[in-house]
Amino acid sequence: MRFLSCGREAVLVEVDDLDAALSLYAGLRAAALPGVVDLVPAARTVLIRLDPAQTSPAAVRAATATIELTAAEDRVAGTVEIPVSYDGPDLADVAEHLGVGPAEVIARHTGTPWTVAFAGFSPGFGYLTGGDPGLNVPRRASPRTRIPAGSVALAGQYSGVYPHDSPGGWQLIGRTEERMWDLGRPEPALLVPGTHVIFKAVGR
Amino acid sequence: MNMTILRTGPLTVLKDRGRPGHAYQGVAPSGAVDRSAYARANALVGNPPGAAALECTLGGLRVSFDGPAVLVLTGTDAVLDVQGTRAGVEEVVTVPAGATVSVTMPRRGLRSYLAVRGGFAVLPVLGSRSTDRIGGIGPDRPGPGDVLPVGTEAGPPAAREEIRSPDGPLAVDLGPRDDWFTDAAVATLLSAEFTVTPASDSVGLRLDGPELARARTDELPSEGVVRGSIQVPPNGKPIIFQADHPVTGGYPVIAVLTPPAADRAAQLRPGATVRFTRG
Repeated sequence: MRFLSCGREAVLVEVDDLDAALSLYAGLRAAALPGVVDLVPAARTVLIRLDPAQTSPAAVRAATATIELTAAEDRVAGTVEIPVSYDGPDLADVAEHLGVGPAEVIARHTGTPWTVAFAGFSPGFGYLTGGDPGLNVPRRASPRTRIPAGSVALAGQYSGVYPHDSPGGWQLIGRTEERMWDLGRPEPALLVPGTHVIFKAVGR
Repeated sequence: MNMTILRTGPLTVLKDRGRPGHAYQGVAPSGAVDRSAYARANALVGNPPGAAALECTLGGLRVSFDGPAVLVLTGTDAVLDVQGTRAGVEEVVTVPAGATVSVTMPRRGLRSYLAVRGGFAVLPVLGSRSTDRIGGIGPDRPGPGDVLPVGTEAGPPAAREEIRSPDGPLAVDLGPRDDWFTDAAVATLLSAEFTVTPASDSVGLRLDGPELARARTDELPSEGVVRGSIQVPPNGKPIIFQADHPVTGGYPVIAVLTPPAADRAAQLRPGATVRFTRG
């Protein structure tokens, strides 16, 4: 665990990998340290935002150093099954890039459970990792200006589902009717860090 | 009591202390860009610290009230014009029912905060009445004809204090990624003059100036960023993140402004020059 200076109202903690970051994030959530107002988990870091009226970066560093890291099996935030129509505009390109048929892309995407690593890009967008390593594809050379909400996408080692109509550069392989972001729910984001995600192919 | 928007000027949005606690869902902190001016506006009319206020970029805002109202404008040298009578800078005014109030154009500063005693009683979303323009969360941007209900919760107002507007370099703390830059780049950051470009907004102040060269060229995995982060993209031109910054950033942050310096940065207009110094 390495502590990096991040101004007067935060501490950035760097760890070895995503697994360690998810463990630290789970531990910090459980610890609910006084004066900590927000946590931002990422690929190799957790940013801890604090209220300087209640605590200090030094106090948060000291408290964080004693946090018990949560083992992977104890920190699952639930499992979500997402039905997908695999009819995305980039499915054929993705298959060609990987040197397989579209059916094999679908089999790989549905065959291994994914885990939400962290949020970002927009409210409700979860970066999914841990899927089939045989799905590594580059982003599109030119991003689209509008991608419909519910688009299921791939980029690098990640998968994701666009929560809102938005621009984006990921490869679109399908779409889902599930709502990734719904302000009517107590926790609007369906996919929060630690959630396991299983994609399921449904008829077109 | 209600306040009706008659005209908004270039950009007027509702702001408060923002929406912390939801970053794990991808929700940006949002909130007032100049937090101290926002807090002062509420204090001067006796509002609780988190009450919603209007953030008015440049001038041009005009409103009317259907009941007597107590209000103040802070943050710039713009003032409230009550049907031809101009208040002093950051002077609390009481207006009768039916009064029309305009915000004059500031000569210094960029963002003014209009607080009305009682606050604006719009529905909070995820605990905040701030408009998150990027994430599309919170109240819509008000437009002409829109009515904002004024609440009733208020206590004793704070005394008006003399506003000190410090000048000189903006104070920063180095890190978290100053080690991704050459020593010369860090020295340049702390000595050179940078200019605020017109591409700046409440997400970030984009600066022009000498290029800040990186010592490492590998890709930094995206990581959480804070208000006041000075992020340096591959072109070497720094961006200071402001209140509406994204949850994470993909380029290294060389230094972070102190909270007072971030508030000062909120008032910089395109063309303004800035320097940085260690806080």
